[in-house]
Amino acid sequence: MNIALYIAVMAGVTYLIRMIPFAFFRKKIKSRFFRSFLYYIPFAVLSAMTFPSIFYSTGNIFTATAGTITAFILAYFNLPLIVVALSASAMAFIVGLI
Amino acid sequence: MKSDFLKGMSHGVPISLGYLSVSFGFGIKAVGAGLSALSASIISATNLTSAGQVAGVDIIAVGGSLIEMILVQLTINIRYSLMALSLSQKLDRKFNFFHRLIASYGITDEIFAVCSAQKQKLTSYYMYGMIFISAVGWVLGTVLGAVAGQLLPEAVSSAMGIVLYGMFMAVIIPPSRRQKSVFAVVVISALASILFRYVLTAVSSGFAIIICAVVASVVGAFIFPVADEEGEK
Repeated sequence: MNIALYIAVMAGVTYLIRMIPFAFFRKKIKSRFFRSFLYYIPFAVLSAMTFPSIFYSTGNIFTATAGTITAFILAYFNLPLIVVALSASAMAFIVGLI
Repeated sequence: MKSDFLKGMSHGVPISLGYLSVSFGFGIKAVGAGLSALSASIISATNLTSAGQVAGVDIIAVGGSLIEMILVQLTINIRYSLMALSLSQKLDRKFNFFHRLIASYGITDEIFAVCSAQKQKLTSYYMYGMIFISAVGWVLGTVLGAVAGQLLPEAVSSAMGIVLYGMFMAVIIPPSRRQKSVFAVVVISALASILFRYVLTAVSSGFAIIICAVVASVVGAFIFPVADEEGEK
């Protein structure tokens, strides 16, 4: 399929998701269930995207596992996103040298 | 007007630097999945989102359907609707419909976080400044990653493949530690994802993410309905 079509669809959907509530919606969502569902969605999405894919992200299960453990520990102690992300990569690189 | 733009830009500098390094990983990943550097850059410039772009590139790489693409983007990015909703409550009076059409392009997790932390009403030019500098970092990082990804030694570029996932972990782990509800949702979603990867392999990766996320969030919403304040974030 044409890649431009994929990109147009991606960009269009992503824009509309942001634009419709921002430009048109003024009221609050009343349903507690729906609000709860929307609150959990980002965490659930990121978790499903991360596991188990993170273990294959470097093309080597050992370097990826070392990076994952590093990311877990640093994230657990609340370090900034960038520190966690780059340290995971640095650890994967270092273990790859061994 | 001009000073608001500059203020927005200065508040956006840390976001931009963060985006620069994360999108570097995206650029490498996109090229690794068979996309051109130009395609990767256009995706970053038009989408301005990390998780959605990664999932989108995965779908492109395997030649998935457009329906799958739409549903995946909808699921992954639906959180922006909530953020947009929340921000729409604190806009300056001059922030008219036309400005809203433009500024909605730049509602990301980080821009939302900084904008909602502002005490005063948001002006359009403040948001434009922040969005502008953030988008520059995001696109520039993508270009560098896509181009340098081919020049860098294999050991470096493959190690960069974990950058975005590391960022995702940094988003989900701290709240999982604070709230058992988030922890439960994260674990259910991860277990479901593992099940799809190794057992229910007939389901494509995009649909698998949607099913995992919806199931985990529905369970979370049933067992741990959020209080009024949390739901708005």
